[in-house]
Amino acid sequence: MSQEAESTSAIRKTALNAAHRQLGAKMVDFSGWDMPVEYPKFGGLMKEHVAVRNGVGIFDVSHMGDIRLHGPQALAAVQHIAMNDASKLAVGQCQYSALLYPEGTFVDDVIVHKMADDDYLLVINAGTREKDVNWVTENTKGFDCQVEHLSDAFTQIAIQGPKGAATLQKLTDADLSKVKFYWFTYGAVCGLPNTLIARTGYTAEDGFEIYVPSDEATSARVWREVLTAGEEFGAIPCGLGARNTLRLEGALSLYGHEISESINVWEAHLDRFVKMDKGEFIGRAALEKANADGVKRTLAGLESIERGIPRDGYKVTDLACREIGYVTSGSYAPFLKKNIALAYVPPDFAALDTELTVECRSLNVKCKVVPIPFYKRLKKQA
Amino acid sequence: METYLFDLAAASAGNEEDIQMAYPADYKYTKEHEWLKVDGNTGTIGITDHAQNSLGDIVFVELPKVGTEITAGQTFGSVESVKAVSDLYAPVSGTVTEVNDALNTTPEDVNKDAHAAWLIKVTLKDPSEAGKLLSAEDYEKFAGEEGGH
Repeated sequence: MSQEAESTSAIRKTALNAAHRQLGAKMVDFSGWDMPVEYPKFGGLMKEHVAVRNGVGIFDVSHMGDIRLHGPQALAAVQHIAMNDASKLAVGQCQYSALLYPEGTFVDDVIVHKMADDDYLLVINAGTREKDVNWVTENTKGFDCQVEHLSDAFTQIAIQGPKGAATLQKLTDADLSKVKFYWFTYGAVCGLPNTLIARTGYTAEDGFEIYVPSDEATSARVWREVLTAGEEFGAIPCGLGARNTLRLEGALSLYGHEISESINVWEAHLDRFVKMDKGEFIGRAALEKANADGVKRTLAGLESIERGIPRDGYKVTDLACREIGYVTSGSYAPFLKKNIALAYVPPDFAALDTELTVECRSLNVKCKVVPIPFYKRLKKQA
Repeated sequence: METYLFDLAAASAGNEEDIQMAYPADYKYTKEHEWLKVDGNTGTIGITDHAQNSLGDIVFVELPKVGTEITAGQTFGSVESVKAVSDLYAPVSGTVTEVNDALNTTPEDVNKDAHAAWLIKVTLKDPSEAGKLLSAEDYEKFAGEEGGH
């Protein structure tokens, strides 16, 4: 998945590592982390995926990193390093954003949480932790604000699916019906006071992410209590395999795949999260120029119309077999029951219903361009 | 078997399955995790329970057409789960006489009972080739030691 493995350091473990092994998880090295990919004893990846779409699934996402910026110029610093407009946030609100290089390409994508007027929390990717921390520290030197790397302080548990709220509500005094999507609150969770509870996720579904102290005993207790609370709604533990297929159905970007240091914002279809009118920020000038020049490739959604699964890195050709692009992420989609992919292709080939071919090893599989996201949840009242 | 996306060897390490499907004693096995059942001049080929377990939910099989010549040790198709692609290696040489087309629509049959859900049948080119393969006992030991593939 992410190509940003920290090759120099030993494999890292979250505080829930023993808990995953106890549950019989298949473990894999993901970006230098020993993480569960699926839990065969609970039915495995496909069951996990469907549980999140129809009920609730529980993920350990403690490998995600956290950077706090606080001080009088914290907002100015965030505005300088991230492409979305953080001045539009209210306290308790989150936004999807990204850290950009001066070239308008991606250092990482992040979720910015406004904790207070002078206090912001950026949730970052596992594989880019050190790079991001260095980047943020280096590029906020001129601002009166502190940069704190808090990644190891939290165990982050994602409770995802239409029954996520009902599950978590059993464990907290916070009124979750008052927390809108992409907002957060604080409350006691499993008896732990002042726990950060965010209505965020990476599954294209409703859900929450909670941040609890990362000591093993507390983490394991919360993990167990969340699973138990969700039992009546069919909760099962979910691994990174389902996390990947869920985000792919929702066409959510994955660093190292749809976004990277060589792909810019316009190509990645993230226009709505970049605010060119908010003032100067790193990457803005390059994006302005790139916009004027026009994109040479664009992210398109593909669906197989012949037998075969387009996968990450496979070549995309036109019907005359000329290579025109490549698949960034592709898989069988367990909820949609189709073979789908995200791919970079020239804009001329990105119109809906355009037929293309993906070289799936020995098979040339015909695909057509379809709207993204592939899956969109029906918005319900909280 | 070639793997993709996730490292299945790492995935299986340290995860002993509680329920191990028995390996039929009258089958022969490869170190690439295929099985072969011989009836006279006909060989039936599938993948082992260990292989399906390592792969996880199988969603796609690519098999040769009837009449294709396959060669011992060479690839003849592939099996794909949601997260991995795995090449199939011929346990023996021969000519494909039957293909289990039902797997096109229900590839999950391989997960349900890998030792019953056969992939192809072949006419054996050289029946003595089967003698070079692993017995059930040796395969079980091999798969247990390898922990994955």
